[in-house]
Amino acid sequence: MRKIILLPLILFVLLLGFLAIGLRRDPHEIPSPLVNRVAPPFSLSTLQPEQALFSPEAMRGKVWMLNVWATWCAACQEEHPVLVSFAQEGLVPLVGLSYKEVQAADAPEGKPFTPEAKLALARQRSLAWLRAKGDPYSLVAMDLDGRVGIDYGVYGVPETYVIDKQGVIRYKQIGAVTPAVLAEKIRPLIQELNRS
Amino acid sequence: MGATALLLALLMSLAGFCLAKEAVEIGEEPWVEARMLKLSEELRCLVCQNETLASSRAELANDLRVEVRNLVKQGKTDPEIKDYLVARYGDFVLYRPEVKPLTWLLWFGPFAVLLGAAGMGWLYLRARKRHTARNALSAHDRARAEQLLNPVDRP
Amino acid sequence: MIVELGHYALILALLVALLQGVLPLVGAHRHNWHWQSLARPAAVLQFLLITLSFAALAYAFQANDFSVLYVAEHSNTRLPAMYRFAAVWGGHEGSLLLWLELLAVWTVSVALFSRQMPLAMVARVISVLGLISTGFLLFVLTTSNPFERLFPIPLEGKDLNPLLQDPGLVIHPPMLYMGYVGFSVAFAFAIAALLAGRLDVTWARWSRPWTLVAWVFLSFGIGLGSWWAYTELGWGGWWFWDPVENASLMPWLCGTALIHSLMVTEKRGSFKAWTVLLAISAFSLSLLGTFLVRSGVLNSVHAFASDPTRGVFILIFLAVVVGSSLSLFAWRAGAVSLGGEMAWVSRESVLLANSVLLVVATAAVLLGTLYPMVIDALNLGKLSVGPPYFDTVFVPLMVPVFFLMVLGVRARWRASTLQEWLHPLRRVGVLSLLTGALVAAYLGWSWGVALGMALGAWVVFGTLEPAIERLRKPGRIPLSFYAMHCAHLGMAMVLIGVTLVKGYELEKDVRIAAGDTITLGGYTFALQKVTEVPGPNYVAKRAEVLVTRDGQTVTTLFPEKRRYPSSAMPMTEAAIDTNLWRDLYVSLGEPLNNPAQEWSMRFYIKPFLSWIWLGVLMMVLGGLLGVSDRRYRRAAAVPLPAGATAA
Repeated sequence: MRKIILLPLILFVLLLGFLAIGLRRDPHEIPSPLVNRVAPPFSLSTLQPEQALFSPEAMRGKVWMLNVWATWCAACQEEHPVLVSFAQEGLVPLVGLSYKEVQAADAPEGKPFTPEAKLALARQRSLAWLRAKGDPYSLVAMDLDGRVGIDYGVYGVPETYVIDKQGVIRYKQIGAVTPAVLAEKIRPLIQELNRS
Repeated sequence: MGATALLLALLMSLAGFCLAKEAVEIGEEPWVEARMLKLSEELRCLVCQNETLASSRAELANDLRVEVRNLVKQGKTDPEIKDYLVARYGDFVLYRPEVKPLTWLLWFGPFAVLLGAAGMGWLYLRARKRHTARNALSAHDRARAEQLLNPVDRP
Repeated sequence: MIVELGHYALILALLVALLQGVLPLVGAHRHNWHWQSLARPAAVLQFLLITLSFAALAYAFQANDFSVLYVAEHSNTRLPAMYRFAAVWGGHEGSLLLWLELLAVWTVSVALFSRQMPLAMVARVISVLGLISTGFLLFVLTTSNPFERLFPIPLEGKDLNPLLQDPGLVIHPPMLYMGYVGFSVAFAFAIAALLAGRLDVTWARWSRPWTLVAWVFLSFGIGLGSWWAYTELGWGGWWFWDPVENASLMPWLCGTALIHSLMVTEKRGSFKAWTVLLAISAFSLSLLGTFLVRSGVLNSVHAFASDPTRGVFILIFLAVVVGSSLSLFAWRAGAVSLGGEMAWVSRESVLLANSVLLVVATAAVLLGTLYPMVIDALNLGKLSVGPPYFDTVFVPLMVPVFFLMVLGVRARWRASTLQEWLHPLRRVGVLSLLTGALVAAYLGWSWGVALGMALGAWVVFGTLEPAIERLRKPGRIPLSFYAMHCAHLGMAMVLIGVTLVKGYELEKDVRIAAGDTITLGGYTFALQKVTEVPGPNYVAKRAEVLVTRDGQTVTTLFPEKRRYPSSAMPMTEAAIDTNLWRDLYVSLGEPLNNPAQEWSMRFYIKPFLSWIWLGVLMMVLGGLLGVSDRRYRRAAAVPLPAGATAA
């Protein structure tokens, strides 16, 4: 009997192996190419004070976290208490990035929707939300049109980045930060980064 | 009074005519739009289950299409625009995987398999010919078989 | 009460399936006539039990019995009756019940239409089908039970996925499953032949009509799915190389190779092992498709809600079924005889080439579909493989298949000569090249169009010419003759449709307000108004678009955007005007909420798109003609010599 007759079976076993491994993976999770690259620069208005601007360069020399959120995002609501209690520890500064807080549907009837009006509405909403649910952020940058989000590869809020003292992104969390994630991934990383 | 109303109605209907126009394409310049569409058809909508950037109506897809339009207007080439998106979202955003060592098996595999299978088919036909030639009926056997199958002396 | 009945029927069916799967098989091995004769009655009993179960679930839907979790998840009181029936297979659990029902239908058909086969063979085939049914019944009863109860009982259910509330979606899954499940019969025949150690021409003859019918259903199912995507999804496309679409295409490609390979085995006794392998592969690909769709392993718009436990179960089932059949193949298939002589140039060699090409095409689709998962499994990153890959790789592989269609029809069995091809095909060849060049030149030059049209013309002329020649000669022409030519012409029509649509379709994506017009391809589309229209379980915004050409009214189209209360995403109902030469396709987008009250809308002109659907119908017709050929109907009447029942 020629050995080639075993080929289909061998190929099938190989396929089974890959399928078995594939079952344990999540095809929806997209790792970020930005890890181990310098955090993209930007300059955005902050939530408070109203005239100030924020840039990632301002955080050089510190390990810090950037959390992308919005008041309309359901998962952010779930994540928020975790962030509030984490921020209370004062381990690292937590900077918020308010992502596309205001949408086209919020436009006032008949009047043109100016950038100033958008910013004002976004500030108003975010402040109200933070006052009600607690404010874990040392400051919040306002990304109204989502362009900074695109630069950071944001595709679904909430997302959180851990950035080191040289301004390099070291970790990206896709989806809500949970206590498990904090314990397994973020805290050890922060400890390590703080040592260097 | 009646004449004024009539005149007013006439003017208003004319105004209606003036307002009705040829619809404008969503992207303002056709050449930008054409390039954007062609690119977006090979890019993936990241928040959809499996859709191109061109056809998706998701919020992020809209934003990324605007981004691509801007890049096209800035004069970036197609590879530059793709690199821009890959730098932010990874290879996942490309529906046409780049040809690099990681994807050689993907791109060249089928044709390698075709050559291999064609080769095996050829070898098979050749081996077959030899085998059946060996087992073919001799002339004598063939004549006997003919006789048995078609007996000539049937009434 | 009825729901309980349905549940118990399913459990009983499992017991019957187990008996059906084991006793006749052992009986065939041990020459125990009594056990072998259990096969047919067991098949009938299983059919009755599963049908009872299916009917119970259907009743639960019609009666709006929301105490059943599955009904509450997929239906509500406002759902029209037709969709309440289709909702039976609208979710994972119910679709498995549909699979089981159709498997029972096929099995009982084999039991009823197999009088001319020896009992031992029938026993083996029905047993194998019983074992498959056992596997699925175990799967349903342990992980995916549609009869699970819900407490407290809600007053109103959720909804059937709005995407599924369309007539096309009502029949697409049953047709598709008839195809998938139908290949299990070809599989069962192959396994039975391997087990009996009896791989011969008669096996091929028995197997062929069953395989053809399965192929017909699968072709129709795929065509329907494609047509539905075109009319329902609103982006004007009809094939996306989505993993679930590929999961249906792979068994189809393998099945096409199988029906051609069966021809050679039946006629010349050759390619036996290869044909058996193809039969095993076609069904294995069906099972693989089931796995891919339900396990959450791949990203797809079609995927059922995934659950790792289910994925593991199907994987084990896949491993057992395919692993054991390939092992059996490796053990037994080496000993078959080679069959008749075969020249380098002969119908057999052309069909061998056809097999090779189709199998490589299947492998290419499989590779592209699974590659992202493989790369991820090896921790090498995440990448996407989409239409650009498949179009680039699949099309060149299919070009020779079309080319060979004409040669294969002309080639004679056993030995043919190049002369037999070169001489008569000179005319056809030249005509085809001319046609390709002229069409492309006239409509706007493109090499893709020229090649596609030349190839399409090659198949059309190359098929019609021998057909007309043959029709002129006296003598009865078997249906299989018409079948072959019909199916090949159908393929050509699909090719021509695809070539012309891809080459010349026009699209405009615009902001438009009531009263505005747009022109495209000589047609003028004028948006008259957008009104709100309530439906039985949705609210729609309906646009009225007047289409004119050269001042003459062509038609009025009503594209809609529907909001179902159950879904956050609005559903697009595209409006299409079809005729043989072009489709006018209009889809309504989103309101832009600007002072001008504009909407985003998309307008398409798609030339010759209907040829794709017509081509598929021709292929289906060809297959049906092939099954109706007299030789299959006559076979039942031929009395067998005594002693033929012993296998």
